[in-house]
Amino acid sequence: MRGVVPRLKSPGRAGAIAGPPPNSRAMKLDSDDFELFGLPRRFELDRGELDSIWRALQAQVHPDRFASEGAAGQRIAMQWAVRVNEAYRRLKDEVQRAAYLCELQDCPIQAEDNTTMPPAFLHQQMEWREALDEADSGAQVEAIARQVAAHRGAALEQLRTTLDVAHDFAAAAQQVRALMFVERFAQQVDQQLEALEP
Amino acid sequence: MALLQISEPGGAPDPHQRRIAVGIDLGTTHSLVAAVRNGVAECLPDESGRVILPSAVRYLPDGRRTIGFDALAEVAIDPVNTIVSVKRFMGRGLADIGERATLPYDFVEGEGMLQLQTVGGAKSPVEVSADILATLRFRAEDTFDDELFGAVITVPAYFDEAQRQATKAAAQLAGINVLRLISEPTAAAIAYGLENGSEGLYAVYDLGGGTFDISLLRLTQGVFEVVATGGDSALGGDDLDAALAEWALVQVSLSAESAQDKRAVLVAARAAKEKLSGADHATLACPLSGGELSVKVHREQLVACAKPLVERTLAAVRKVLRDAKVDRSEVNGVVMVGGSTRMPMVQAAVAEYFGKVPLTNLNPDEVVALGAAIQAHALAGNAGADELLLLDVIPLSLGLETMGELVERIIPRNSTIPTARAQEFTTFKDGQTAMSIHVLQGEREVVKDCRSLARFELRGIPPMVAGAAKVRVSFAVDADGLLSVSAREQVSGVEASISVKPSFGLSDEQIAKMLTDSFNTAEQDMSERGLRESKVEAERMLLATRSALAADGDLLSEADRESIEALLAALDLGREGSDRHAIDAAVEALANGTEAFAAERMNRGIRQALAGRRVEEV
Repeated sequence: MRGVVPRLKSPGRAGAIAGPPPNSRAMKLDSDDFELFGLPRRFELDRGELDSIWRALQAQVHPDRFASEGAAGQRIAMQWAVRVNEAYRRLKDEVQRAAYLCELQDCPIQAEDNTTMPPAFLHQQMEWREALDEADSGAQVEAIARQVAAHRGAALEQLRTTLDVAHDFAAAAQQVRALMFVERFAQQVDQQLEALEP
Repeated sequence: MALLQISEPGGAPDPHQRRIAVGIDLGTTHSLVAAVRNGVAECLPDESGRVILPSAVRYLPDGRRTIGFDALAEVAIDPVNTIVSVKRFMGRGLADIGERATLPYDFVEGEGMLQLQTVGGAKSPVEVSADILATLRFRAEDTFDDELFGAVITVPAYFDEAQRQATKAAAQLAGINVLRLISEPTAAAIAYGLENGSEGLYAVYDLGGGTFDISLLRLTQGVFEVVATGGDSALGGDDLDAALAEWALVQVSLSAESAQDKRAVLVAARAAKEKLSGADHATLACPLSGGELSVKVHREQLVACAKPLVERTLAAVRKVLRDAKVDRSEVNGVVMVGGSTRMPMVQAAVAEYFGKVPLTNLNPDEVVALGAAIQAHALAGNAGADELLLLDVIPLSLGLETMGELVERIIPRNSTIPTARAQEFTTFKDGQTAMSIHVLQGEREVVKDCRSLARFELRGIPPMVAGAAKVRVSFAVDADGLLSVSAREQVSGVEASISVKPSFGLSDEQIAKMLTDSFNTAEQDMSERGLRESKVEAERMLLATRSALAADGDLLSEADRESIEALLAALDLGREGSDRHAIDAAVEALANGTEAFAAERMNRGIRQALAGRRVEEV
């Protein structure tokens, strides 16, 4: 059987994590997402690079690579392909990636238990919601969507600083919780846009 | 010529070990088989040189049957025993076939799927499909004078679990080793991707006779990644025939009442439509019982009839672009599949929308089989296995039923497969020892609007207070898109699991409707969801308060207890209604009214906990 264990090409970036370069050791299913993808454990990430590592990993572990190698090979390949897709899904989404970084640093998000938000933030949310309730044209909803997108972009930039410069994971967790509210609202905006679509 | 295979990179070293792998397009109206020969994918012809095999099987007494063109020629004389378009029945129960009354078949309910009664006995759609597949298998084996190693079979992107399972079962029945099921648009892109050496984001626009599929794929260094897929499974060239026929009848104030007349007008409309792909005008003519129909049709009229249909396809395209979060300008190319894309106005509309001329250089009827052949060739390990990889997605979301008949989505649509996801659930009532796991597929928020795939029960959960049990439910979807579900209670370790082999699947119309509904009624859904959530919250609150009263009621004065009982009664009455705000208000009142009681209970609990610790410390 060909090597089921993927060996990565070194991404060749200045490593933010100490330790041996990623290609010098075999990956394990329980390696964290960053280790698995051979990426430094930080928020900033080159999406193009992530995508190409994902494809390279899938090219190694996908069950199709073992189509003629029997049930056991298929099972192992399936486990790996699932694990790689799981990590990819988490890494490519900014909010999920930030939440994951916080969790790795023992600052869990606990979005369900911890809903305390600064009054200014809640006020903004209420304003958005009112605007969305009152919007009755596609243009108005799109204007809200642009506002939310701009807010989200700024919040993500702030999050990047908190995580990668200040390394303040407790503060980052709070910012992630706020972003989760923003994302949920953005989904509602999308739904409204779809409902207005002819 | 076979000797050439030796030099192909990654190919089997010994020519005698070369594996014969084919791609099969198992279509509604016709099927094809293709293989890579001398490095080129091509459709395999029958002994008469025809590559198309009509998807028709006629059953005769004493177990004989005719298949393909021969069967099709007999459909008029023996409609009951000649099965056509069996693909529409794959993985379906009787209840799923709405147009049953208009079809000439003698349907009977079978185990998990309907059956068709013929003079050759009752036949399930799986058996009928297996007869078609076996014919293609023999054609391939005759062509290569060798046994078939395996096949890649294509299914519509929208095929659900039941339909995929049925397709796989048919192949097994035909003695075919299924290397992989892939979606039809994906196969088309594979054919174009390799032939044109393309890279980037591609849209596959597949307009057939009765269905429309749109898929977005990203092609990078030989990796085919399905980014998103969507469409309308009740929209195709047949609708245009109907629209044109309708228009023609109105022009001459005729009507087609009988089944024969209806059929005749549709056939004439189709002929006129096909002629208009090349000519500026055509005559739509046929004899009807009420007189001779003869109407001159200008191409502009066809364009007018086609406009709403093309607009509907573009609405589905916009939806998929939104799903994938890409702008139409980012699409590098558009691949055209399906006979209906031969129409110039379809090509023009697609070109205008995307701002680029669509790819039409491969035969739109053959392109799916060709792509499947290339994938089969790679999977069999002959060649190109290291250059080609297909990363597919699931077409519809998978989820579970939760309290209030709501659907909790576990794997969203367009997730790359294989994939697995787990989520924790808990018990709703004190002492609950079993949990019913109901697996659903669809995009809507409420259970009744989604397709039920399977149910199973997790039993033997040790009695605990509500919310204490931790039941981890895991969904796993393999590379063929087939689902298995397992559930495990984390504290006690009790387990249950199921491979989803549903007795019936979604009808195409239902999928189309479910998808359309989920887009159009998002708001209504949300308010319905809101009401259900309120009702669940009300019930939760009632249960919690009653069990608190039973445990710690002695903490309350007679008057306090009475006022809580009154609030309980009010909520119990209010939760039956449909006014969400009234229910919320009653819940709120009960919450406020029991605040002091809750504080008392908390104190008692803390005292007991501290007392317990002291005992341990001693």
